[in-house]
Amino acid sequence: MLVIDCPYCGPRPELEFSYGGQAHIARPANPATVETSDWAAFLYLRSNTRGLHAERWRHVRGCARFFNALRDTTTDKFIATYRTGEPAPAIDSRGDR
Amino acid sequence: MQKFSAWSLLKQSFGGHQGWQPQWRRASPKPAYDAIIIGGGGHGLGTAYYLAAEHGIANVAVLEKGWIGGGNTGRNTTIIRSNYLFDESARLYDHALKLWEHLSQVLNYNVMYSPRGVMMLAHTVHDVQVIKRHVHANRGNGVDNEWLSPEDAKAFCPPLNIESNIRYPVMGAALQRRGGTARHDAVAWGYARAADALGVDIIENCEVTGFKRDANGAIEGVETSRGPIASRRVGVVAAGHTSVVLGYAGIKLPLESFPLQALVSEPIKPVVPCVVMSNSVHAYISQSDKGELVIGAGTDAYTSYTQRGALHVNSHTLEAICELFPAFRRMRMLRNWGGIVDVTPDRSPIIAKTTIPGLYVNCGWGTGGFKATPGSANVFAWTIARDEPHPINAPFTIERFRDGFLIDEAAAAAVAH
Ligand SMILES: Cc1cc2nc3c(=O)[nH]c(=O)nc-3n(C[C@H](O)[C@H](O)[C@H](O)COP(=O)(O)OP(=O)(O)OC[C@H]3O[C@@H](n4cnc5c(N)ncnc54)[C@H](O)[C@@H]3O)c2cc1C
Ligand SMILES: [Zn+2]
Repeated sequence: MLVIDCPYCGPRPELEFSYGGQAHIARPANPATVETSDWAAFLYLRSNTRGLHAERWRHVRGCARFFNALRDTTTDKFIATYRTGEPAPAIDSRGDR
Repeated sequence: MQKFSAWSLLKQSFGGHQGWQPQWRRASPKPAYDAIIIGGGGHGLGTAYYLAAEHGIANVAVLEKGWIGGGNTGRNTTIIRSNYLFDESARLYDHALKLWEHLSQVLNYNVMYSPRGVMMLAHTVHDVQVIKRHVHANRGNGVDNEWLSPEDAKAFCPPLNIESNIRYPVMGAALQRRGGTARHDAVAWGYARAADALGVDIIENCEVTGFKRDANGAIEGVETSRGPIASRRVGVVAAGHTSVVLGYAGIKLPLESFPLQALVSEPIKPVVPCVVMSNSVHAYISQSDKGELVIGAGTDAYTSYTQRGALHVNSHTLEAICELFPAFRRMRMLRNWGGIVDVTPDRSPIIAKTTIPGLYVNCGWGTGGFKATPGSANVFAWTIARDEPHPINAPFTIERFRDGFLIDEAAAAAVAH
């Protein structure tokens, strides 16, 4: 089980969290002008990165807040967690800034 | 190819079984092939076999980064069934089931297909309705499936607990009698041996790291850890690593890779005569010929390429197993492992041409593609050989997500094995 560092509450066991998929996917600002293929991409295409992955988590059985994380999907190691609205920290997968 | 038969067994026994030859050549890459298959799992090896056996394309290489069958093919719980809800799926999975029935004879290799019956349990009123709907839809499609009362279910699988005092009592079950299991390794080895005998090169420890394109963008070949190899037709069958491989060609597909786990118990005398599945409490169980209980657990919540999973996922499944089979409560589990499964938004596979001429993909089998191995390989070989889909895989395109033609087994089953 992973230990996840909620930016609001601190480190807690994975069971308190739910996973929210890839982070920083912005809904199109002007939906009326969006092409079908772009809608499909918005709905279905994910980076599925092998390596450093920016993703959403929710501390659902804690503070209940959403936040974002950078995790290395080859080791499951969390490199950073950060609050919603903040940009992803510029870090490589070894955790060096 | 040395043919296996009672006679060859007898003959070899006189020589103390020293006369058996390796079952396929340890091939090294040639400079060029008529077709290249990336991924030496059951689907990839099967594709190469059908290209050679049915389409006359035998100058084929299967490139495997590790050892063949070392991916999900060798890691799955081997449940075979075809009772999917939608017409498109029923056709695809039943095509596979029909091929399973004769696969050992066709390949001259015992894949130990055992149609012992797959029983899917209902635990709630909703389950009963959904499963009955499946039964009727399946029968409409010519796929066998029947509804059992709890008592009938227990008669079919005696260790099953049908008492009403458990959290999710058994309210009935669907039984597909043609469903069952097969030996996963034998499927990889049987296809490899038969493909090799037709001239296919099986190249292990050869990781594909890039693609070569001509001036028009069409596929010209692949870059590998063992050097470049030319081919104008390349099929990607890389399961959990499909996104990584297609990423080398700049193609993004609606796929996410998750760890899925399984575990086996210590071996015991025969006790579970069939396959029992429960989507609601998330338990899958059958018994191997060695006597181990083979148990399928769930996926982790998050995408990962680690080929392992969290222990609490296994505990969750074992809790459900212990309620359904109280007799197993004191058993010890011997080992557990994980595989990386590639999941599409509708939980149906993609078997299709890509936007790049000469590049084909067979992926998205997620948690449930072992059962489809022969059928998937068969129609994918057709797709590569003719540069157009077989009618069975024609609906399983990439564009269905854009065009709204999902084959939504996800909504139909929530999970699929
Ligand atoms: C624990 C578990 C239980 C399962 N239970 C069931 C079940 O009961 N019933 C069922 O129907 N299905 C089940 N499945 C799903 C099933 O195992 C898969 O859908 C199926 O085996 C996929 O076969 P494949 O040949 O496509 O993939 P794989 O066997 O994974 O083959 C893909 C191959 O591609 C290779 N590869 C990847 N990248 C590269 C590269 N760059 N270059 C060269 N080679 C590469 C990999 O090494 C791998 O060997 C289960 C899966 C798991 C993990
Ligand atoms: Zn919190």
